[in-house]
Amino acid sequence: MAKATAQTAGTAPAFYVTEEEHAHPGGSTMLGFWLYLMSDCLVFAVLFATYGVLGRNYAAGPSGADLFDLRLVAVNTAMLLFSSITYGFAMLAMDKGRQAAMQGWLVVTALFGLAFLAIELYEFAHLIHEGATPMRSAFLSSFFTLVGTHGLHVTFGLIWLAVLMTQVSKHGLIEANRRRLMCLSMFWHFLDVVWIGVFTFVYLMGVLK
Amino acid sequence: MSASQTPAEAHGHDHDGHDSHGAAHGSLRGYITGFLLSVVLTAIPFWLVMNDVLGNSTLTAIVIMLFAAVQIIVHMVYFLHMNGRSEGGWIMLALIFTIIVVAIALAGSLWVMFHLNTNMMPDMHRM
Repeated sequence: MAKATAQTAGTAPAFYVTEEEHAHPGGSTMLGFWLYLMSDCLVFAVLFATYGVLGRNYAAGPSGADLFDLRLVAVNTAMLLFSSITYGFAMLAMDKGRQAAMQGWLVVTALFGLAFLAIELYEFAHLIHEGATPMRSAFLSSFFTLVGTHGLHVTFGLIWLAVLMTQVSKHGLIEANRRRLMCLSMFWHFLDVVWIGVFTFVYLMGVLK
Repeated sequence: MSASQTPAEAHGHDHDGHDSHGAAHGSLRGYITGFLLSVVLTAIPFWLVMNDVLGNSTLTAIVIMLFAAVQIIVHMVYFLHMNGRSEGGWIMLALIFTIIVVAIALAGSLWVMFHLNTNMMPDMHRM
């Protein structure tokens, strides 16, 4: 048994090559970041479940059909979708090593992200002004928690984006910055995926009677 | 992608997952395809709901949920560049595990709370 193992290790040093592959820094960052995103997914799942349970408990207050302006939500959805594709263009520019083009696309991404946040804050302010505050009903509590958590993620994504653009302008497209930009790319596209759930389950189905 | 390959590729690691900076980045054509599909898959549900095309809210709800599911897959494939091989299959495994947990959490919560509601408030209309 011991002989056979020694022989195998001697003739086919496959074992060592595998170790080498994992030796460079950041080799497993993508997987680790993906696991973080999956745990974030669970956070959103719980908020979606809460909304699913409470979403029709209006406490004699306004319902989604009374409150939601679907044209505004459509514009908001477009903003996030545009920011996703422009981030993709930034990644393509990064692959080609074109730093200026990449920074330009990141600026466009940030502008679309800011537009998304601005529209969402306008919507929240409008709702609160109309008296549809989180305190009004269980439906509105769960609505503000779910949509607000997504908006908070977008906010932190934008802060992260600004930090990375500063890093790139200071240190260039070094390996560490590429890795960080890849992580933010996953984060940003993930937020777009969550938004698909939000506009479908909260807004579109909220308007349906 | 293949420029930074190590000999590890020769025995089992795929060519995307263990690149020097992670997963594949996709191509221009991939992003454009994903974007166009997303636009269509977003526009149709909005159109269905805003113009009440189907005239039946249960049917509309089912249809827009199907569109959402398809769009999530489109985003995963074209924007997040998911496939069964990235990071040696662990990305897909983590995703499947998460989907199972999410399905249990969502279906379980809705099911249990729906029954509580029907038991406590007989006249309540849900969904």
